[in-house]
Amino acid sequence: MSPFATLLLRDIKLAARSGGSAALALSFFALVATLMPLGIGADLRLLARVAGGVLWVGAVLSALLSLDRLFQGDYEDGSLDLIALSPLPLELTALAKIAAHWLSTGLPLTLLSPLLALLFNLPAAATGVLFVSLLIGTPAVSAIGAIGASLTLSLKRGGLILPLIILPLLAPAVIFGAGAVSAALDGLGAKDALGLLAAFAFAAVLLSPFAAAASVRLNLGS
Amino acid sequence: MNFDMGTYGAYIWPAYGVSALALIGATVWTVLAWRRAKTRLARLEKRI
Amino acid sequence: MQFLFRYANPHNFMRLSGAVLPFTAIATALCIGTALYLGFTAPPDYQQGRTVLILFIHVPAATMAMTVYGAIAILSLLSLVWRHPLSDTAARAAAPFGALFTTLGLITGSLWGKPMWGTYWVWDARLTSFLLLLFLYLGYMALWNAIEDESRAARAAAILALVGAVNIPIIKFSVNWWNTLHQGESIVSGALAPVFLAPLLIMMLGYLLLFLTLWMIRIRTAILERRARNLMQGGAA
Repeated sequence: MSPFATLLLRDIKLAARSGGSAALALSFFALVATLMPLGIGADLRLLARVAGGVLWVGAVLSALLSLDRLFQGDYEDGSLDLIALSPLPLELTALAKIAAHWLSTGLPLTLLSPLLALLFNLPAAATGVLFVSLLIGTPAVSAIGAIGASLTLSLKRGGLILPLIILPLLAPAVIFGAGAVSAALDGLGAKDALGLLAAFAFAAVLLSPFAAAASVRLNLGS
Repeated sequence: MNFDMGTYGAYIWPAYGVSALALIGATVWTVLAWRRAKTRLARLEKRI
Repeated sequence: MQFLFRYANPHNFMRLSGAVLPFTAIATALCIGTALYLGFTAPPDYQQGRTVLILFIHVPAATMAMTVYGAIAILSLLSLVWRHPLSDTAARAAAPFGALFTTLGLITGSLWGKPMWGTYWVWDARLTSFLLLLFLYLGYMALWNAIEDESRAARAAAILALVGAVNIPIIKFSVNWWNTLHQGESIVSGALAPVFLAPLLIMMLGYLLLFLTLWMIRIRTAILERRARNLMQGGAA
């Protein structure tokens, strides 16, 4: 099995074992989706209108929860030094970790979203768009999140700075993702928004490993 | 100089007030920090 | 590059900045004073009334907010690629001013907007992008403060600044796509009568000179602080 696949599977297994990061993210996501209507009110028409934004922000925040541990576990016990020395380029290591994070967090969140959309009275077509937007967009969250995680991996309380660093960078994803759902609700085509989201996610996944690898290097070196 | 702002005074004066406060405050803070650093360095160098 | 590097060492910077500072300080006062005089003696704008006066302090603040981030991005690049010695210090010193200008841009923009559009806040493209820019500044400063080792902090902050710089056009595009209520580019280009253009441009120059003056002082302060730290570590026994 290639080193990339080995690393990927190992990280997924670790995520599944250590308090089930998927379970935590899913519970948090569901809680946010529950609290929001309590705050907004039970007006079903209104809830349907805000569903795209609320669920998108909820998904981003839920994915954030496990991000600070992305590199930290390996950094603390020295594995990261070994991984950095391995023949696998650090950029691919970062990509593997991004993929593992998405598979163990972003993807489960996406799969849960149609159920939560029910709470918001979101019509079927818009729910479909929500699902697709999260499917396309959550990889960007993992990718950009990895940049924040690698920059803050040496910090003990790094988890507090991480959201501050990456949330502004994720604004386009929220804008395009929720925008797609709104467009679907209004009966307009969601294709434009989804296309922009896909472009953003593609660029994020392509470029983030370079920034993340550079950050890991600076934290391991000097 | 025409200082009659009509109804807009409630917006114009606070805007200028906040800006003046912020920029003057930034200047004061910067100069004070410089003086502090200068004094401290002078004291340290005298000891050597 | 060689020319730049010659002034990159702290000693030369102290000399150069020390010589230039009095002039930039005086020029700052002159520009701001002149702009204020011209602005307050101009007649009311036929469309905006006296609120055009707010533009004179909104546009310069907003422009500086973006200029400073651009400067930080360039310095970060210099720091990462060419290991330019003073660039980390300079970048870190610029950030608080950038955040301040961004905040002023938001406040003055909001106060300009209330009489124009009726509300203190509108989620239009410019203001929203500015709000996000403020968070980028805060994150940058927070990262510098959080990492204890200075050279590590410098490089991490540089990476963050560059990632932010790449993202800013994307953020602006996405926010523009999302909403268009703002008056658009007409604020500075063409729609402003010449009698208002002069105070606006002079004030922009004044803000720029103010930033350069304060920035140089802050860098000088950082250099002195480092010397003091070195003395304490070397001398303390």
